[in-house]
Amino acid sequence: MKTLHWKIGAILGLLIFSFWLLYPGIEWYTKTDGERSKIESMRMRPARIMNLGLDLRGGTHLLLELDIEKLEKKEKLADAMARAIEIIRNRVDQYGVGETPIARQGDHWISVDLPGISNTEEAENLIGKTALLEFRLVNDSSEAQAAVSRAETMDDLPLNKDGSPTPEIAKLLPKGSGLFKAAPGPEGESARYYVLFDSVPLTGAYLENARVSTDQQFGTPNIDFTFNKEGGRIFEQFTGANVGKYLAIVLDGVVHTAPVIKTRIGGGSGVIEGSFTMEEARNLAIILRAGALPAPVNIIEKRVVGPGLGEDSIKKGVSAAGIGFLLVVVFMLIYYRAGGFVANVALGMNFVFLIAAMSYFGATLTLPGIAGMILSLAMAIDANVLVLERMREEQALSKPVAMIIPTAYDKAWSAILDSNVTTWIAAIFLFQFGSGPVKGFAVTLTIGLLVGVFTSVFVTRVVYEFWLTSNPKELSI
Amino acid sequence: MMILIKKTNIDFMAKRHIFFAVSALLIGAGVISMAVKGLNLGLDFTGGTLLQLRFEKTVSTAEVRKAMSDAGLETVIQSLPGRNSYQLKVKGAQEKVNEIADKIMAGFVANLPGNSFSEERRDYVGPVVGRDLAKKALFAMILSFFGIIVYVAFRFSNPTWGAAGVLAIFHDVLITAGALSITNREIDLVIVAALLTIAGFSINDTIVIFDRMRENMRNFPKMPLGQLANCSVNETLSRTLITNCTVLGVVLILFIFGGEVINNFAFAMLIGSMAGTYSTIAIATPLVYQWEGGRRR
Repeated sequence: MKTLHWKIGAILGLLIFSFWLLYPGIEWYTKTDGERSKIESMRMRPARIMNLGLDLRGGTHLLLELDIEKLEKKEKLADAMARAIEIIRNRVDQYGVGETPIARQGDHWISVDLPGISNTEEAENLIGKTALLEFRLVNDSSEAQAAVSRAETMDDLPLNKDGSPTPEIAKLLPKGSGLFKAAPGPEGESARYYVLFDSVPLTGAYLENARVSTDQQFGTPNIDFTFNKEGGRIFEQFTGANVGKYLAIVLDGVVHTAPVIKTRIGGGSGVIEGSFTMEEARNLAIILRAGALPAPVNIIEKRVVGPGLGEDSIKKGVSAAGIGFLLVVVFMLIYYRAGGFVANVALGMNFVFLIAAMSYFGATLTLPGIAGMILSLAMAIDANVLVLERMREEQALSKPVAMIIPTAYDKAWSAILDSNVTTWIAAIFLFQFGSGPVKGFAVTLTIGLLVGVFTSVFVTRVVYEFWLTSNPKELSI
Repeated sequence: MMILIKKTNIDFMAKRHIFFAVSALLIGAGVISMAVKGLNLGLDFTGGTLLQLRFEKTVSTAEVRKAMSDAGLETVIQSLPGRNSYQLKVKGAQEKVNEIADKIMAGFVANLPGNSFSEERRDYVGPVVGRDLAKKALFAMILSFFGIIVYVAFRFSNPTWGAAGVLAIFHDVLITAGALSITNREIDLVIVAALLTIAGFSINDTIVIFDRMRENMRNFPKMPLGQLANCSVNETLSRTLITNCTVLGVVLILFIFGGEVINNFAFAMLIGSMAGTYSTIAIATPLVYQWEGGRRR
C-alpha cells in the first residue's frame, strides 16, 4: 500500500515537473514573431525549449567544405576546423541573426543553420569569404611592367581558375613575384593587373579593428583598420623602409588598392579605399574583424525553406495528425471502455512527457523527427493493446480481477520489452551513423520509446492498482 | 465487451507456400519495376538543384515548360496547384551552388514578364554530399539490421528467429520501395525516415508473435512446432489487427489530409504498414517453421 502511494506521488511529481519544463516553451511560442525576434537579437532566447527544425519554421541550412588542400601544412586539421567554426560563428553573430547552430560534421565539413533567413546571398558571402588580408609591395621593375601590359592586352584570361598564372605569363614574370587581379572599378572598366612580390610582411592576423568610414572627398565607403601593437610596429618599420614604393592591399587574392607610401606610417592604422557599395563595405568590415578563415570554404549543400511553406506544412501535418490521434483515442474508448480510458490517459501523459523531455534537451523537431514520434506513440499504444488483450485472455479464464491485472502485465512485459529494445537498437545505430534528418528521427524515437514504456506499463499499472484498492468485482475492458 | 474478431484457429503454417508465393509476386513486381524504371532517387542522393517558386498570377505547366526549355534547362516540373507554385528540379552533379537556380529564375524573368514570383524553397546538394548521405543511410540501416539479428538471437536463443524477423523487415521495405518505383514517387531523406519507421514497426510486430511462441514453448513442451506457431499467431491475431488497423487509420488520414509536403511520406507509410501486417502473420513465423524443418529444437 505504501509503495503505491510512492508510485502515485512519483507520477504526479513527474507530471508537475514536465509542465514546469514545458512552460518556457509554451510562453515562447505564444509570443508574436516580432517579440520573438526582439528577444532573440538580445540573446535572451530560453535555452530549454523545443526548437523547430528549418523544414518546419523556415530558414537556410548550409554545409561548407573546408578546402584542406589550401591549408597551411603545419596546421592540424582539428585545429583548423575549430578555428574556422569559431570565425564563422563570429561573423554570423556580428551579422545579427538569432540562435545559429554551427557544428563540425564529419571530417572537414561545417554545417551552419540560419533560422528565419531565406534570402541568403548576403549570408553566403559573409560566411564563404576567406578574408585573407595581405599587404604586399608592388614590383614595378620593367620586367614586371611588361608582364602587366601583356596580361592586360591578351584575349584570354592571364590567370587560371586557381589563381596561378598561365604558362605564357609565368615566363614573363620576374622571379619572386606573382600576378594579381585588381578589384573592378566603379565604372566597371576592363580588368587591370598588378605584379606583387611574394613575401607578405603583414596580414590581417595583426588587425585589431575594422570599420566603415565615408570618404570625405567622394562620399564613397572606405574601410578603416587598426593594427594591434605588434602589427603597428611592423607596419611602421615596413613603411619606413619602403618610402616611395607602392603598397598593395590584397583581399582574398584581389588587389583592392595600391597607394604609394609617402612616408613612414606610425599609429598603426590605415584605410582600404576601394569601390565598395555600403553593404559590401559593412560586410567586409565584419569579416575583417572576425578574422580570416584558415582555408577557403565551398558550399556543398544548401537548403532554403521559405517561411510560408514551413508554416503550411506544420498546419496541414498537425491537423491531420490531430485527427488521427483523436481517432485512436475514440477507438480505444469504444473498444476497451474503461481499459481504453486508462490507455488514453497514459497516451496523453506520454505526449506531455515526450515534449517535456525534448524541451529539456533543447532538441530540434523536424519532419523526420515527427515520424520518429509517431512510431514511438504507435508502439506505446501497442503496448497498451498487448496488456489489454492479455487481460481479456485472463478474464476469459474467469479469474478474479485482483489476479487478472498482475498476470496480464507480467505476461505482456517480455513482448513489450523485447520489441522496444530491438527498435531502440536500430535507433542507436541510426543515431551513430546517420546524418541530419536520420539523426533527428533516431533522437525522437529513442526518447519516445523510453517515455512510452514508462507511461504504458508503469503508469497504467499504477492506475489499475489504485483502482484495485476499491476492491472491484468486475473489469470493464 | 466489443470484440473485433472471435477466437480463430486458422492453419497459417499449412498455407505458407501460398503466402510465400504472394509475397514473391509482390516483391517481384516491385523489383522488376526497380530494374526497368529504376528508383526515382531524389536530389538528396543524386545531387542537384530544386527550386520551388510561387507565382503571383496563374501560370500553366506548358508556360513553365517553355520558359525552362528557352533557358536551355532540362528540368523536372511539378505543379503544386493548391498554392500556385511550381517545383523545378535539375538533378545531377553540379559544382556551383547558385548557378542552376539563377538560370531558372532568369528563365522566368525573361519568359513571363510581369508575373513576379517568390522563392518558397531551394535545395542545392553538391555531388559529394549526395554520395555521403546515401552511404551513411545505407550503412546505418545495415548495421541496425545486424544489431537486431544479434539481439533477437540472444533473447530467443535461436539465430533463425532473428534472421526471419530481419527478412520480414526486408520484405516490407522491398514492397514499399517497389510501390514507390511503380508510382514513380521520389525517394528522399524523408522517405528514408519512413522506411526506417516501417522497419521498426515491422520488427516490433514480429517480436510480439515470437514472444508468444517462446511462452507457448515453455508451457507446452511437447507441442509440435507447426501447432505451436499456429496457435501463437492465432492467439495474437486480434492484437496484431487492432494495433495495425489503428496505425493504418492514422496513416490513411495523413495520406488524405496531410498535404503535399508529407504525401510521399504518408504513401510509403501506408504501403509499409500494410505489408508489415501481412508479413508479421504470413512471412516471419512461417519462415521460422520452414527453416526449422517443422521441428522444435
